[in-house]
Amino acid sequence: MTGKNETWVYAEQKAGHASKATLQLLGKAVELGKETGSPTVCVLVGSGAQGVPRELAAYGASKVYVVDDPRLELYQSEAYASVVAGLVKEHCPEIFLFAATDVGEDLAPRVAAKVGTGLTAHCIDLRIEKRDGVPLLHQTVPAWGGGMRIDIVCPKHRPQMATVKPGVFDLPVPKSDSNAEVVDVPAQLNEKHFRARTIEVKEEAQRETPLTEADAVVAVGWGAYSLGGIQCPQELAEAVCGTLAGTRPMVDSGWIPPDRMVGQSGKVVSSRLFISLGASGAMHFTSGFERAKFVVAVDQNPKAPIFQVADIGIVGDLREVLPCLTEEIKKQKSSKG
Amino acid sequence: MDIVVCIKQVPDPEHFSKIVLDAKTKLVRREGIPVVVNQVDKHALEAALQIREKFSGRVTVISMGPPQAREAIEEAFAMGADGGVLLSDRAFAGADSLTTAYTLAQAIKKFSPFDLILLGNETADSGTRQVAPQLAEFLDVPHVTNVRTIGFNSGDTLIVERSMENGHMKIEVRLPAVLAVNRTINEPRIPSVIDIMQVATKEIKVCGLADLGLSSEDVGLVGSPTQMANLFESRRERRREILDGAAVTAARQAVERLRELNAL
Ligand SMILES: Cc1cc2nc3c(=O)[nH]c(=O)nc-3n(C[C@H](O)[C@H](O)[C@H](O)COP(=O)(O)OP(=O)(O)OC[C@H]3O[C@@H](n4cnc5c(N)ncnc54)[C@H](O)[C@@H]3O)c2cc1C
Ligand SMILES: Nc1ncnc2c1ncn2[C@@H]1O[C@H](COP(=O)(O)O)[C@@H](O)[C@H]1O
Repeated sequence: MTGKNETWVYAEQKAGHASKATLQLLGKAVELGKETGSPTVCVLVGSGAQGVPRELAAYGASKVYVVDDPRLELYQSEAYASVVAGLVKEHCPEIFLFAATDVGEDLAPRVAAKVGTGLTAHCIDLRIEKRDGVPLLHQTVPAWGGGMRIDIVCPKHRPQMATVKPGVFDLPVPKSDSNAEVVDVPAQLNEKHFRARTIEVKEEAQRETPLTEADAVVAVGWGAYSLGGIQCPQELAEAVCGTLAGTRPMVDSGWIPPDRMVGQSGKVVSSRLFISLGASGAMHFTSGFERAKFVVAVDQNPKAPIFQVADIGIVGDLREVLPCLTEEIKKQKSSKG
Repeated sequence: MDIVVCIKQVPDPEHFSKIVLDAKTKLVRREGIPVVVNQVDKHALEAALQIREKFSGRVTVISMGPPQAREAIEEAFAMGADGGVLLSDRAFAGADSLTTAYTLAQAIKKFSPFDLILLGNETADSGTRQVAPQLAEFLDVPHVTNVRTIGFNSGDTLIVERSMENGHMKIEVRLPAVLAVNRTINEPRIPSVIDIMQVATKEIKVCGLADLGLSSEDVGLVGSPTQMANLFESRRERRREILDGAAVTAARQAVERLRELNAL
């Protein structure tokens, strides 16, 4: 199937604003488009998001297909997949990117199956490489718990589809004077598209900065269990003006809320500072903070693999090291003024 | 109620760090890595068994994999599954999520009438979270992923809750349907010795390409739109400075270094 030389991004919006993850993807799409000479196009589905296309334009979209329908106010898996796949079949873009979010992860596979094309999940890098003169999207994913990388390609089917976790790409700088062509598309839907009907969405207000946007992150591993509570790690997090997070065992045991898990099944953080407290360094976990700028790890086991992926490793018992570390950081911060 | 549960045998995640890349052949070496049933798939099976216990019916597990994957089905038998189908053929090897879903769908159409199909939300090895929505598309039924509770409404509809990043969604689903569950839905049962002894009385139906009447062009590596272009080991280079003195000294040195590196 040959189609338009366009790079598409599925635009998610909430309360009238494009999501950060969408804007990060747009930045990447524009970059890819420079190499393939393709414009960036967004698909926006929902109800009453008039302001969003302008936002998308500022981040590089030159065209936005808007499917606006009151029946699509809440995410409806089959109805959304049907309208998005309809657009893909009509225009057949070269590339179509989704954020790996609650919606994107659920929607993209069904769209790919409707169109009959490949989809690569949870990419950590995207780039164009030529094969026999044809530009192909190389989609890098972590494998085997994160110690390896695989480049996936989709040579014969179009679009080349991928999902990307929030935080993998940087937020581009918006241009306020950009404009995008807005194309309204009617939703052709019937009862059958609502065999699964979302009747309610309950969202708790964000307590703190989302992990993917935090400037500093303190992550507790199972070793922090010895501390008897999260009070000390929390104090360190506050001292570095950061967010508290954890490994899977800490989430499973209820110490850390599920949206604060770092790693392959959790969040990808790209903070300036990342401090790991009592985590052994399983690749499932460490692949979540590869993009962090500085990594400090504390563990009592000098052979723990975590030290292989840390800039500064402190070997010692958390019960002794943590209070000293917090103290020193507070001193340092206050002396800085 | 006819329930189908899709289960996959995967390398034990606890041993992933032992999986290495052979520098010469550029292939993954996983000899000696034990295999297990993908953990969350046991939660899917547990959910199916609980529904059967409430409403009666039949639970069939289905797995696509090498001949060895019969062990996974036997484990499901021990937990209480009534029937098992193993899709095993060299031609099936190397399937991506689309082709896995396609093959599973063809087998289910052929052998397993269903009201409900349950899957795990993700596998430990490939972990795409894509098979459930794609299976539903091939079977032309609705799907819900990341399911944390399943409740029965009147007649042929379910009310399910789907976990979200920051809350949940409530979804009304008409049967037949595909649901992918997460680990919070239940605690899978541990089979007793008696349960395990019953495994031998149940039979696994093994099917290959010909039994499904499929073309080798449409399955496995050949039928998969996505392909592997490179495999490489990757680790970001870190400084790896180790401080192992007394706690007070180490903490002071660490903060000193962070200051020098402008990391605070
Ligand atoms: C498919 C799959 C996906 C997964 N995804 C994720 C994921 O996204 N994120 C994630 O985190 N995990 C994930 N896991 C789990 C992962 O494989 C590891 O099991 C987990 O990361 C280990 O957590 P931990 O380091 O906290 O615990 P452990 O491995 O038990 O390590 C505890 C550490 O604490 C140290 N310690 C103990 N006491 C003290 C003390 N008093 N002072 C100092 N140090 C101490 C020990 O030396 C040890 O190194 C996943 C697993 C699977 C199978
Ligand atoms: N080869 C397979 N055989 C049977 N079920 C599978 C297979 N691969 C994936 N599944 C099911 O699909 C779910 C999601 O897998 P994935 O999309 O690979 O993350 C798993 O938890 C299984 O229930």
